[in-house]
Amino acid sequence: MTGVPDTTPEGAPEDTVRSTAADTAESTDGSATAGVARAAAPNEATGETANEAPGPARKTAEVRRRGAGRPPTRASRLLQNRWAGLAGLLLALLAPFVDATPYALSVMTSAAIFVMLAAGLNIVVGYCGLLDLGYVAFFAVGAYTSGVLATRLDLPLVATVPVVIVVTVVAGVVIGAPTLRLRSDYLAIVTLGFGEIIRITANNLDVTGGPSGIYGIPGLAGSPVAFYYLTVVVVALAVLGAARLGRSRIGRAWRFVREDEDAAEAMGVHTYRVKLAAYIAGAVWGGLAGVLFAAHLSAISPGSFTFLQSALVLMAVVLGGMGSVPGVVIGAIVISILPEILRDLADYRFFLFGVLLIAVMLLRPQGLWPARSKEVP
Amino acid sequence: MTTLLSVSDLRLSFGGLLAIDGLTFSVNEAEVVSVIGPNGAGKTSAFNCVTGFYRPTAGQIMLRGRSLRGLRPSAVAALGVARTFQNLRLFGELSVLDNVRAGAHLWLRQNVLDALLHTPRYRRSERECTEQAHHWLDFVGLRGDRYGEARHLPYGEQRRVEIARALARRPDLLLLDEPAAGLNHGEKTELLDLIRRIQALGVAIVLIEHDMGLVMEVSERVVVLNFGKEIADGRPEDVRRDPAVIEAYLGSDTHA
Amino acid sequence: MTQLIWNGLFVGSFYALVALGYSMVYGIIKLLNFAHGDLYMLGAFAGFAILGAVGGVSSSMALPVLLAVLVVTMAVTGLAGVALERIAYRPLRRAPRLSLLITAVGASFALEYGMRAAAGADPRVYPLRLGGSSLEVAGARLTLAQLVLVGVAVVLMIGLNLLVTRTREGRAMRAIALDPTTSSLMGIDVNAVISRTFFIGSALAGAAGVMAGAYYGKIDFLMGFLIGLKAFTAAVIGGIGNIPGTMLGGLVLGLLESFGTFWLGGEWRDVFAFGVLILFLTVRPTGLLGERVTERV
Repeated sequence: MTGVPDTTPEGAPEDTVRSTAADTAESTDGSATAGVARAAAPNEATGETANEAPGPARKTAEVRRRGAGRPPTRASRLLQNRWAGLAGLLLALLAPFVDATPYALSVMTSAAIFVMLAAGLNIVVGYCGLLDLGYVAFFAVGAYTSGVLATRLDLPLVATVPVVIVVTVVAGVVIGAPTLRLRSDYLAIVTLGFGEIIRITANNLDVTGGPSGIYGIPGLAGSPVAFYYLTVVVVALAVLGAARLGRSRIGRAWRFVREDEDAAEAMGVHTYRVKLAAYIAGAVWGGLAGVLFAAHLSAISPGSFTFLQSALVLMAVVLGGMGSVPGVVIGAIVISILPEILRDLADYRFFLFGVLLIAVMLLRPQGLWPARSKEVP
Repeated sequence: MTTLLSVSDLRLSFGGLLAIDGLTFSVNEAEVVSVIGPNGAGKTSAFNCVTGFYRPTAGQIMLRGRSLRGLRPSAVAALGVARTFQNLRLFGELSVLDNVRAGAHLWLRQNVLDALLHTPRYRRSERECTEQAHHWLDFVGLRGDRYGEARHLPYGEQRRVEIARALARRPDLLLLDEPAAGLNHGEKTELLDLIRRIQALGVAIVLIEHDMGLVMEVSERVVVLNFGKEIADGRPEDVRRDPAVIEAYLGSDTHA
Repeated sequence: MTQLIWNGLFVGSFYALVALGYSMVYGIIKLLNFAHGDLYMLGAFAGFAILGAVGGVSSSMALPVLLAVLVVTMAVTGLAGVALERIAYRPLRRAPRLSLLITAVGASFALEYGMRAAAGADPRVYPLRLGGSSLEVAGARLTLAQLVLVGVAVVLMIGLNLLVTRTREGRAMRAIALDPTTSSLMGIDVNAVISRTFFIGSALAGAAGVMAGAYYGKIDFLMGFLIGLKAFTAAVIGGIGNIPGTMLGGLVLGLLESFGTFWLGGEWRDVFAFGVLILFLTVRPTGLLGERVTERV
């Protein structure tokens, strides 16, 4: 006699109750206001009925009570999500038709790369709850690896991508392995220290070109417009990939770790490995964004990889909504485009960002477009 | 009857404090064993030793002949042990279903590539995972909203979700730490029924509980701890009459 | 050799002074006050502003003026620390740790770039410079200014230690560090004690800021970033939350850096320091004098 036998789940009666329960779930959940609903009191209909005997009469009563809301189907919900993503992609693809000056293209390409960084950091901070304040280290590792290989060995940039992936995975393990056993707040400062180590090392070594960095990195596409489209496609895939990881077994494990490490361990989640996996995934995303960055600017130097960069990516994730894919995409676009629009406020920009970070945490910790914890049946 | 779990001469000390001082008991397959004793007797510490959260100072913990000592909690879970916590430890901001899906973590077969490419295997395993989650929520009789956040459920319902989560692990051994705490009379009756149904699935249960009515009703054997020491181990009706147990609970006249 | 030791102890006493605030705040509310290094920066600028208002100072009066400015600055940064806690941290005391840390990062940012907006991005030259004679002790050259600064740091640290170990206030702090809920049940005004802790810690950082400005002569809005990291390293080396440990950690870090710079070259100094931090966290996360804690389930 071993274990619980696999019984076939679900009988018809439960099914009806379930779908009706879903209606109530749905009625309290507007996608943009889910965060408000989160704070609301327990569902009234299910609140204090735990001691009532379950009987058919009660079930039908509930069915009636809950049947009031319009039942959205699984398909319509999926469509909504997909619509949001596709609309965003369409917008990105059409943007050059509105304004294709070199300046606009450059800003938009940078914004797209920034979106990829935010999607990567979201895996670490949003899904797994690990505060990484040196995320730019992986961005630097990716950019420098591809830049050094391309310029010293005359390789095309694409050929450096496999090496970049390997190097960033190694960097993720080297940084994560000793630090992920620590308390989360120690982790924050250690990652910050690592960010500085990488930057200072790049500054001191000859192979990385010292303080002046690397010049003449080959591009990935013939024209700025072509490169912009290439970036958009890569970034869209990266965002989709991060979202898919987030919904899978490993993504759930990340959230279990974020919510309660002990309970996660008790359910068989090897928390250390799971955290390392999040860290490595974040590292790969950051590193690949670094390749795009190197190709975009064709020159990189340690000055591009300061703590300020790490903090800006973190701000994008927090502002948009930790753990929410549409949220961090919007957050990244806001953080990267806003300064271009508000040029007059340049002196106050980072000050305002700092205040904004505090304000978001105090007033709306779930961000602009919060992650949905309600499920859609 | 084959032995599933055997704990022998377990000792645990925090600094100079001896929390468990020589605990020995065993659990057979599909058996319900209760561990009782006054507060601070070392019951939860013993659970934490078995499940890998504490490192015992000395003693043996064997599950089907394999030592659990030195394993991390997730490795103990992988060998077929699931538990609940004294102070509910649900993933509060996740949906009820996601909470129960945690139980599927160990047996769900999908890798990162499946997830990235949404392969048929990914879809199949996700579907199975959700079906199983629903199944175990039905099994524990959850009436509340399954799609909303777990922390919004009433207390008694949260207790059920925690048990469903542990069952979704499909364990051979289930450790329940004060499952009746905070439940009303009706809920306790349902819990009693639930424990019997879990046992009927072939799962062995170790129960820490203060509600003597429940303990005497449901257990095949009762282990009594006091100040980290084991003072009795036997059938409920024998333990109830044991002078040492009565003394531990009521205090003896000679000391009074 | 003795020169290296002296340099290490000198820099280490700065680290210790800043690290104390980190450590005290961490000890009492388990928050890594990310903005702590920026309070050091704020102190340097506050001293700068006060000195500017006073006008020219003859070099013979430099020392007494500096001490007076030190006291005023400590009051200013102390109050800034209290305000920071009140506005940004207190509302989140029961929130997840991640929220609090992010808020601290935001506060650090706001302070740095707020100062940049107010005082400009370029470094400022301190209006008062401690030069003066130097003397030779056992082969090490030390200046009078260094001696005075180390002296001030030592006095402040002794004062703090007396405060924490000998007074009611200190006992309340230690009680809250152990168990805030029970402390409040015992009639301790937890909020008031936390405010005072922030005041003291921030005042010490402010003092270090003024001293650094007067000694090195230049200040800028990012000067707190690196020293914040270094102070955290010092606190971890010594045992975060442990006051004598933190002082020791500051000195140890100063010495390690001094020798590390000598062996590896100045450009690797910070890498070396963070390497030490990571090594300590991996091998002995509780620090030299910290106690091992068992976390309960």
